[in-house]
Amino acid sequence: MARLSIPKTYKLYIGGKFPRSESGHTFEVVTPQGKFLANAAKASRKDARDAVASARSAQAGFAGLTAYNRGQILYRIAEVLEGRRDQFVDEIRASEGVNAQAAARQVEHAIDTWVWYAGFADKYAQVAGNGNPVAGPYFNLSTPEATGVVVALAPAGAKGESLLGLSAVLAPIMTSGNATVLLAHPTQPLSAISFAEVLATSDVPAGVVNILTGDPEPLMPWLAAHADVNALDLSGGSASDWVAWQSDAAETLKRVVPPTVGIPARSLERIVAFTETKTVWHTKALG
Amino acid sequence: MSFLDYAPAPESTAILNLQKSYGLFIGGEFVDGHGSSFATISPSTEKAITTVAEATEADIDRAVAAARKAYDKTWSRMSGSERGKYLFRIARILQERSRELAVAESLDNGKPIRETRDVDIPLVAAWFFYYAGWADKLDYAGLGPNPQALGVAAQIIPWNFPLLMLAWKIAPALAAGNTVVLKPAETTPLTALLFAEICQQAELPAGVVNIVTGAGKTGAALVAHPDINKVAFTGSTPVGRRIAQTLAGSSTRVTLELGGKGANIIFEDAAIDQAIEGVVSGIFFNQGHVCCAGSRLLVQENIHDDVVSRLQRRLSTLRLGDPLDKNTDIGAVNSKAQLARITELANSGDDEGAHRWSAACEIPSKGFWFPPTVFTDVHTSHRIAREEIFGPVLSVMTFRTPDEAVAKANNTPYGLSAGIWTEKASRMLAIADKLRAGVIWANTFNKFDPASPFGGYKESGYGREGGRQGLFPYLESSGWTKGGR
Amino acid sequence: MTRVPAVHHTPRSQTVLGGSPTEKALKRFLEGIPGVDTVGAEARAAGFNTRSIKTSSKIWGLNTIISMVDLTTLEGADTPGKVRTLAKKATMPDPLDLSAPSVAAVCVYGDMVAETKAALGDWHISQRPDGVSVAAVATAFPSGRASLPVKIMDTEFAVAEGADEIDMVIDRGAFLAGKVSLVFDQIVQVKEACKRPDGSYAHLKVILETGELATLDNVRRASWLAILAGADFIKTSTGKVQPAATLPVTTTMLEVIRDWHAMTGEQIGMKPAGGIRASKDALRYLVAVAETVGEEWLTPDLFRFGASSLLNDVVMQRQKMITGHYSGPDYVSVD
Repeated sequence: MARLSIPKTYKLYIGGKFPRSESGHTFEVVTPQGKFLANAAKASRKDARDAVASARSAQAGFAGLTAYNRGQILYRIAEVLEGRRDQFVDEIRASEGVNAQAAARQVEHAIDTWVWYAGFADKYAQVAGNGNPVAGPYFNLSTPEATGVVVALAPAGAKGESLLGLSAVLAPIMTSGNATVLLAHPTQPLSAISFAEVLATSDVPAGVVNILTGDPEPLMPWLAAHADVNALDLSGGSASDWVAWQSDAAETLKRVVPPTVGIPARSLERIVAFTETKTVWHTKALG
Repeated sequence: MSFLDYAPAPESTAILNLQKSYGLFIGGEFVDGHGSSFATISPSTEKAITTVAEATEADIDRAVAAARKAYDKTWSRMSGSERGKYLFRIARILQERSRELAVAESLDNGKPIRETRDVDIPLVAAWFFYYAGWADKLDYAGLGPNPQALGVAAQIIPWNFPLLMLAWKIAPALAAGNTVVLKPAETTPLTALLFAEICQQAELPAGVVNIVTGAGKTGAALVAHPDINKVAFTGSTPVGRRIAQTLAGSSTRVTLELGGKGANIIFEDAAIDQAIEGVVSGIFFNQGHVCCAGSRLLVQENIHDDVVSRLQRRLSTLRLGDPLDKNTDIGAVNSKAQLARITELANSGDDEGAHRWSAACEIPSKGFWFPPTVFTDVHTSHRIAREEIFGPVLSVMTFRTPDEAVAKANNTPYGLSAGIWTEKASRMLAIADKLRAGVIWANTFNKFDPASPFGGYKESGYGREGGRQGLFPYLESSGWTKGGR
Repeated sequence: MTRVPAVHHTPRSQTVLGGSPTEKALKRFLEGIPGVDTVGAEARAAGFNTRSIKTSSKIWGLNTIISMVDLTTLEGADTPGKVRTLAKKATMPDPLDLSAPSVAAVCVYGDMVAETKAALGDWHISQRPDGVSVAAVATAFPSGRASLPVKIMDTEFAVAEGADEIDMVIDRGAFLAGKVSLVFDQIVQVKEACKRPDGSYAHLKVILETGELATLDNVRRASWLAILAGADFIKTSTGKVQPAATLPVTTTMLEVIRDWHAMTGEQIGMKPAGGIRASKDALRYLVAVAETVGEEWLTPDLFRFGASSLLNDVVMQRQKMITGHYSGPDYVSVD
């Protein structure tokens, strides 16, 4: 008789822990053919509120690490993800209905995305920052710094590709030291929560990334208007009424990155989009 | 027993797994050289550690050919991301084997285990991590889109930070897409050979890195080889001059990192205890074998006596002895020859009328040692104020005004480093503006980071290592027109 | 108690300032002291952490640390029973090895002094040279927020009850508001309140509460101020505020003691308190002392550790060195 397996319970990822939704709600996750996969946690606005609070409390510490340290953390994520390759391939095959080769390609592409951004952590400031030759006896230096707490909507590819999608937005946000509340793909959330396991074992400080599963629609107005969120990454919002969210965000002058079609490519621009440039002057005089 | 005579705290060499002899690392394998082999010794005990091969011209030929083949067939065809992954692997293995490398370095070089463990080896790994990330981002380096590697780089490194100097050379070269033939110094080949083993563990494609051991002759043959595209040399100014002369008119690119006679400038308002620490670490750690050493102390005249007495007090807590003892601050001088040079120059200080003070140290009977020494009453025309000693000898001079400090600091053909100690930021920035030195440390000294460019003005050489600028010596922009023969 | 006029001379302030210690003169003196570069200071402290103290150095270090501990209980819930247990432990820190040294002092609130002294009995410092002293915190410890008459009375009471040592707190609010002569003066008056009928003085430790002073520049200045005003010891913290003792803060204070000694030949003591829980950390403090101010200071007369849980850790480390195997909490006493 075949051995009975032990199905995983998929919970939220907040403050480095895996809580159920405070509402107790879950939703059914199914394969493209409609077969039951799991009951995943359905995040409420209170979960979203807690996620923002946890991100805020972790952000200063994360931004305060050396860039080298942050790069090491992102590289560690790649290492651990590589080690768990097969786990993700299996989950993706079940969730997205693709073959093993396509699933493996997605995982590899995601891993390589983490490596790419890891390698930029201690460099982007050298490209996007600089000394400024002002016309006076002043030292003048511009440096990009993390903006703070970012809410991100994970984008999807043509067939879902939820792991690659979340990597493509999360990695650049983390590179400069922001803390994130990530809203996972609404119907293919399993990779996101398994990915949270990777985060939990990769030296990522608790609260630096928080992952909410469920329907983003009821949560987004609250997050878009939340005064303690500094930026919105609406990459995954093209199928929604994202203009309303951007309008909500205008109240507190959040930085907003509008939706993309498909999964965004790697770029320096995506790192810089979630930074603020600080310019410091100081007098220079011999006497 | 005095508490300050800390009980022995030796780091064991049992971690090492050395061969009885090493060949040359060419084309991904260790092969026999055609020259005679020679021993590398521990400068603290004078005992032999292992034997290494001397590469002849024929061996150099083989090595360059292997590098060229690897460049043409493999490395130049590989994506930057893949190249980067090899460098990440190497960085990781360096971290994993860090204790072993630290012990090997201390044994072969003579510097304290605390330095290799806490400074040298972590920086080595960090250098590879840093440049790994550039391999697929060269479009952002600042040379325009799609800059090109040069080809095969010949690299010659000194004995003072053996593995670190190797990292400074190999990491950017490989990240930029070049292949290399590297010659470590003849007195410190060990960690370069262990690095070759690490390249094998990382499965680096054969021929991308080649290590050829030997002395001056080997180096000269390497530099003169017709099929190299780039020479990167760190070492003495006289040899640097010869290399520049040899390569005049050729299309081979050259970068040189040469000697220095760095000035540490202390103003009256400096945070005095930290300034003393900075002076001490500037000239006495690594036994003063540092090109960027703060070997001249320029102290504002009105605080001279106080600074000198604080310095002497601090120096008397430094411990000189077995490099493998974790409490050792000052290790052995790297070789008999170097000890002779230091001694000769220090004696000139006496002869020319400066006043010598040395910390009271028990000098072991075997090995090469020189106690931390401070010369006061030094003047700008003294040899010890002008020539690089490359040992734990500090020359103290005074100045009256900021202008005078700048003039004295710049009054040297060298221009590698300088230190500024003042609590007044506007003055610090203005002085930094006026100093002709490639690296300026303010309220700190001897700080290195793979993200921070390092290199000299004037006779301290040209080109930078570290940072975005550290890529430039190994790339050319798509639009760069080549000259020369 | 008669009110005394503000700002007294002390022999030390005379030496350094010449004239009378007015607010202006004190301020100018303090501002003229060289600053501290925090990055450099932390790097020096990190250097002490790399010292490897082994074998004979370690056992000597551990024994020395025990002999320098001010075993402390400063809780609202302190009872006679609690202080009696602590006093007993002070005399025999290692229940398995009676040859272990006794600690330097037991540190309690003023109203527990009499009980503590009685519990020490023959082990009190007055009865034997290697005995244990009674130290009392005073001056509205830990906040220091009370009127001067109250602080003086707090001190006088503890001294009358038999305290050998007084650990006072400076007025941090006054310091941060720039009222340096007020801070100075309070110390002078508390020192006077340490005077006994026979003309001797209880030994005065001045707590700077470095966690509230925030910068090393302030720590440097407050150290000078306390010494000028008559401190026998300068102490980092009450242990009730984080951060408490740290190596950089301690080193900064030791540097002032070193400079004072170079200037006058006088030896001032130092006490880091709070946050030192492991033997490894305490050994690093010994290194900091030896390499900053000199080995002469490695004696309970000039250096103390304000600690409670440190003692058990040191005893366990000592047990390991003697028995050759790791010890555990069951082999040391709960206090």
